[in-house]
Amino acid sequence: MSALQEIVETPPIETTPKKYMALGTYASVVVVILLCAAPLIAKNFVIFQMTMVLIYAIAVLALNILTGGSGQFSLGQSAFYALGAYTSAILMETFGVNYALTLPVAGGICFIAGYLFGLPALRLSGIYLALATFALATAMPQLLKLHYFEAWTGGVQGLVITKPDAPFGLPLSQDMWLYYFVLVVSMLIYVASVNLLKSRSGRAMMAIRDNEIAASAMGVDVALYKTLAFGVSAGITGVAGGLGAIAVQFVAPDSYTIQLAIALFLGMVVGGVGWLPGSIVGAAFIVFVPNIAEHFSKGLSGAVFGLILVLIIFVLPHGSRQIAYTVQGWVHKLRK
Amino acid sequence: MELLLNQVLAGIATGAIYACMALAVVMIYQAIDHLNFAQGEMAMFSTFIAWQMLQWGVPYWGAFVLTLALSFAGGIVIERALFKPLGNAPVLTHVAGFIALFAIVNSVAGLTWDFTIKQFPSPFGSSPFLGSQLISTHQAGMIGVTLVLLLLLYFFFQFTRIGLAMRAAAAQPESARLVGVNTSWMVALGWGMAAAIGSIAGMLIAPVVFLEPNMMGGVLIYGFAAAVLGGLTSPLGAVVGGFLVGIFENLAGTYIPGVGNELKLPIALALIITVLVVKPTGLFGRSIVKRV
Repeated sequence: MSALQEIVETPPIETTPKKYMALGTYASVVVVILLCAAPLIAKNFVIFQMTMVLIYAIAVLALNILTGGSGQFSLGQSAFYALGAYTSAILMETFGVNYALTLPVAGGICFIAGYLFGLPALRLSGIYLALATFALATAMPQLLKLHYFEAWTGGVQGLVITKPDAPFGLPLSQDMWLYYFVLVVSMLIYVASVNLLKSRSGRAMMAIRDNEIAASAMGVDVALYKTLAFGVSAGITGVAGGLGAIAVQFVAPDSYTIQLAIALFLGMVVGGVGWLPGSIVGAAFIVFVPNIAEHFSKGLSGAVFGLILVLIIFVLPHGSRQIAYTVQGWVHKLRK
Repeated sequence: MELLLNQVLAGIATGAIYACMALAVVMIYQAIDHLNFAQGEMAMFSTFIAWQMLQWGVPYWGAFVLTLALSFAGGIVIERALFKPLGNAPVLTHVAGFIALFAIVNSVAGLTWDFTIKQFPSPFGSSPFLGSQLISTHQAGMIGVTLVLLLLLYFFFQFTRIGLAMRAAAAQPESARLVGVNTSWMVALGWGMAAAIGSIAGMLIAPVVFLEPNMMGGVLIYGFAAAVLGGLTSPLGAVVGGFLVGIFENLAGTYIPGVGNELKLPIALALIITVLVVKPTGLFGRSIVKRV
């Protein structure tokens, strides 16, 4: 049995029967309206936290495309997140580029980095890939601290970024403007990702996930699509990293440790592997749970993360997707 | 010349630690075909237990033996409680389990003992070894302890019934079960031994890197590099890989300009990827042919 086959046991992404789709559409409309309206009543700090939820949701979505879509996995997403954050920060602070324009650059650079990292990863499946990316995540803070790049990266000190104002004299606070900006970017990325997975390329990736040998026998270019998935995932993570840098107004090597990679991995598992809407559930989880945990004791969040991860493995192996499907089933029954 | 010899010897000394970590990783890989990402954190936790006992006034070697026993029991408990129920779950679930263990152990150690850096005593002292300036007694001690450990393991696996049963359970679980080996407990035993070996690595490296919850991060990556270099299926390979990686790390740090201390982890990363790309089975590993 191919290693890839064992990785994701979840049903393929589009299993929802047509008659259920209407409910899904209603739910997404409600979610979008809530997301648009929320900042109007919330305080600035809450808006900032919601912005971070959206940003992490993009990063979790990226990981989900890689793992849920192509069946490879990565414990090194924090490295690509950091690369995107630094790209945006350096372009803004050193070269004075507009913040919105730094995002495609960050995405592009991370796409190339991910694609190149994906090339050796081709020969690694399952646990070996996890190992290589784990090492990447551990090594990244050291690479960022290197004194050769200190003129740009600010070394251990990191870089401070100025927060953008709302353009065209819009009467929005900085936090609120940034929130809507991030919301638009994340919705664009979400729609693009859904379409990517539905496209020919997406089906090729899922075929590789389900059975690599069968896929290659059917004429799927396994090497191309595996590296492509890696590149796309890294690119999207890079955009999230750039947005994160702008929102937090600060980048430093120690913000992008293995802890961040663990958080993103946890977000994916909580949301449900291979279920894109779960990304936002997972992201909300990794933003708010540490806050609640730190409320009780400093440094507790790691233990809470770990315990919840164990609980999910045993009780809800498909994460929030399982809950969503159960609820959907009830609603469906009620309608009858 | 003196510098070269010095660096090689120092490399062998740290390589001994990597060899221990790699051995622990290979032990668990043999048993369940997964890499234990929490191995470093488990070793760190054992080292903290040893430190605590020393604080309570237990003499060093007493604390050493007690820690070994506790770690062994702890490893078995972890296997029984967390990984046995997972059984044949997909790889992703196992990785999630290891990550959970990593986060819990790291956090609990921080909560219990704080994140401040602590001194950990060396049983051998830090004076020059036999009056030679090349190597300190602690480094010599690290090499010595590792060699003794290897010898013990060799005898255990070659000449005892349980060692034979463990090898059988790792190589051919189905056939081993048919001839009456309790494979499930052999896996647990492997976990216990891995935890104990890891604790030795932790206690030996702690005087060098100082004791704190994140101390094993780098060591674990080097342990992985060593295990991959030697071949994940071969305990002997893990040890040879450990020494090679230690020597390589020190020589690269000294002789390749610009590497120094700053690039140590990226070197390990490069090494892992190079080995996996050039020779995925490692130096001593056997390639596994899968039927489709």
